[in-house]
Amino acid sequence: MMDLTIPKYKVLRDDGDCIRCGVCVRQCSYGVHEMDEDLNKVIAHSKECVNCQRCVVMCPTDALTIIRNPQSDPESVVYNNEVISDIAKQCQTGGVLLAGSGNPKPYPIIWDHMLLNASQVTNPSIDPLREPMETRVILGGKPGNIKIDEANHAIKTPMKPLRTIKLPIMFSAMSFGAVSLNVQKSLAMAAEELGTFWNTGEGGLHKDLVKYKDNTIVQVASGRFGVDTEYLNNGSIIEIKIGQGAKPGIGGHLPGEKINAEVSITRMIPEGTDAISPAPHHDIYSIEDLRQLIYSLKEATNYTKPVAVKIAAVHNCAAIASGIARAGADIIAVDGFRGGTGAAPIAIRNNVGIPIEYALAAIDNRLHQEGLRSSVSLIASGPIRNSADVVKAIALGADAVYIGTAALVAIGCHLCQSCNTGKCNWGIATQRPDLVKRLNPELMSERLVNLMHGWSHEIQEMLGGMGINSLDSLRGNRLMLRGIGLNDRELNILGIKAAGE
Amino acid sequence: MGPREGEVRIPSGCAISAIMDKSGKRMSGSDILSSIELMHDRSNGLGGGFAAYGIYPEYADLYAFHIFYEDREARTETEEFLRNYFDTEVAERMPTTKVASIDHEPNIWRYFMSPYIGKLRDSRLSEDQFTMNAVFHINSRINGAFVASSGKNMGAFKGVGYPEDIGRFYRIEDYNAWLWTAHGRFPTNTPGWWGGAHPFTLLDWSIVHNGEISSYDTNRRYVEQYGYECTLQTDTEVITYLFDFLVRQQGMSQKMAAKILAAPEWDQIDHMDPKDREFWTNIRACYSRALVNGPFSIILGSSRGLLALNDRLKLRSLVVGDKDDKVYLASEESAIRLVCPDIEHVRQLGGGEPFVAELYPEVLAQMESKKNIYTRPVSMATAGDFE
Repeated sequence: MMDLTIPKYKVLRDDGDCIRCGVCVRQCSYGVHEMDEDLNKVIAHSKECVNCQRCVVMCPTDALTIIRNPQSDPESVVYNNEVISDIAKQCQTGGVLLAGSGNPKPYPIIWDHMLLNASQVTNPSIDPLREPMETRVILGGKPGNIKIDEANHAIKTPMKPLRTIKLPIMFSAMSFGAVSLNVQKSLAMAAEELGTFWNTGEGGLHKDLVKYKDNTIVQVASGRFGVDTEYLNNGSIIEIKIGQGAKPGIGGHLPGEKINAEVSITRMIPEGTDAISPAPHHDIYSIEDLRQLIYSLKEATNYTKPVAVKIAAVHNCAAIASGIARAGADIIAVDGFRGGTGAAPIAIRNNVGIPIEYALAAIDNRLHQEGLRSSVSLIASGPIRNSADVVKAIALGADAVYIGTAALVAIGCHLCQSCNTGKCNWGIATQRPDLVKRLNPELMSERLVNLMHGWSHEIQEMLGGMGINSLDSLRGNRLMLRGIGLNDRELNILGIKAAGE
Repeated sequence: MGPREGEVRIPSGCAISAIMDKSGKRMSGSDILSSIELMHDRSNGLGGGFAAYGIYPEYADLYAFHIFYEDREARTETEEFLRNYFDTEVAERMPTTKVASIDHEPNIWRYFMSPYIGKLRDSRLSEDQFTMNAVFHINSRINGAFVASSGKNMGAFKGVGYPEDIGRFYRIEDYNAWLWTAHGRFPTNTPGWWGGAHPFTLLDWSIVHNGEISSYDTNRRYVEQYGYECTLQTDTEVITYLFDFLVRQQGMSQKMAAKILAAPEWDQIDHMDPKDREFWTNIRACYSRALVNGPFSIILGSSRGLLALNDRLKLRSLVVGDKDDKVYLASEESAIRLVCPDIEHVRQLGGGEPFVAELYPEVLAQMESKKNIYTRPVSMATAGDFE
């Protein structure tokens, strides 16, 4: 059918700088660059470009620049080129428009409307170079009332399994299939070195990654891919995925072309078949069903592992989270509407769910009101972009955070939002061997470790500035936050004062 | 007038002091007054007070309420409420003396009471919990009334002024106690009313504190889960509730509670033997939000004795010493030497290291027994009589 769309990007090449080396031609899986031997020139098919910036980074002479197509929008704020292009694409295929990554729309980012406190005079700031700064977090369900035998240093109340992380940041679920094995290797190696967790996502656990099991969260989602007793026992924490911030309320679809031999074995499905995760778990149609699954998993692993439940941040998430705590979950993970994905319908990604900041504040409040907050851990994600977001999330009430997109950026992702194409030039969201091998797990895990060390130092500086030397004393400490540019209602939901108050 | 304590959070510096006789021998308030007076410059005239234990032996089995009233309506409403729930043995004006620097004092009344047996039974609460709920009710629901203290055989004497002036105003030299604590406050803003002065008390607990904790909101939201209402927004209030929750409700020793508020650092825990490591890891996991951060030095008084505690990093001074049966604590050593020149074992309290001084066991047992025996006829009133 006739293609009525216009190119989204324009490839600019400085012909004087270009040495005709052909790196861009070889690097681009989308076929944007082509060497014209007759003209002795590299030409560009701008329309194919997704702006992944691989060629820009790899070009040895910095001859390349990708710009947005400067083509004017129509004289309408309602129907701009993007809206028109979406309609044009859809009438060519009759299908659902797909995209990867998170919601890119200009909704407010509430993290950027909150400011942190610092000590002046009445109490001292604490120097992290001089005093111990505790960033350790213990995750898992805790009994409400414990009986202590003080003389013998023993706790008489039975304790549930707990897990310690050395910094309040974990890598969120990204399945093998959606991302390459090298991505998971990078994450697993970094998690081991950092003393934190990576998460398998719902694609099973590849045999090469079993050795990282003490730092692995195994996910059980609606497709149940790769789930058996061995899989559950190879995780240190088990996470039931109900929803994901990028696409609340819908399932997942990994197309057959991505199901190669390795993915097939790991997911326990035939090669080349589509991997469909249903929208709901078909054995969970209500909260009491969730309880059964939580306890089935606990039974299967002999009550040795904390069970987490991950939900998307939606309108009623506070009540849902409270129900999840009552259903016996040890950890609740909440993923905001900015959370990333390998593929989601654009209509869903851009329009469903709520900001994590509001969801987190509301859930933490509700769990307090219900007297449940101390018995369950709370993890926030979607998006956590930097150390300040981590600190703000913990001050709002989170025990720890998950990072997904930020971790992918650390290993090369440039946010082109084309994960669904399977042609990721960075070797991340692809199964093509030639692309996957571009990503070196040893080097990439080092980048992840560096990033986390950097954040950890920043977190310690911010804590010390607030006169706090343990994350325990930041958790839910909303007096450390002030809102800026938020209305009364929003401040009220966040439970914070306005700057100047 | 600016906002009141409770409507706004007021950072403060302070002086604290305590004297205790472990044999239960009672002493007048003159030494504690001299001790806190020496640290005059650590206060700024906007708050001072004392807590005294053993001052009402003749009413040892009754709850002694010290209540501030700002107007007649507040007293009428409070007494109406108390009449419904408590058998009041004595209701009287607090004896005070005019002191030049003290003005705008509230009407201060003192009551000796016990909960009506029928009401208590209907409530299915312990006597202490029942009384604590009544204190919360008065402080948060009755305008212009504030319960300054509510324990048995103890009382708080506090107000807006320098502590030595407050002490003279209340004539504390006329009282005899085996434990005295004192507080002089340097609030950055005026507390606006007498209820905001320290010590803060709840039932038998009293607390004096110097510092500004940085974990306030974490601690507040933690205790509010268990029914405590932080109406004053002060550190002392929330620390008292933490102790009440851990000791009275969870049944821990005061020392254990102190080790939760100033928990061992992870670096220390990592070097413990496996059993202790597991114990303290679990303790920190369960009570992570009871950890108190930022500078504090506190002296917690109770009917058992006192507990003193500094923050883990030792960001505030607190000196301790003893002489025979007596234990002395103060923000500055000079405030001890003034009243006990031959003091022994003087030292700075270590960061996060609880210091406990309890009455000798036989003395404690004797006092406890008095607390629980009704020496006067029990009221025959039942719930129905007062509906």
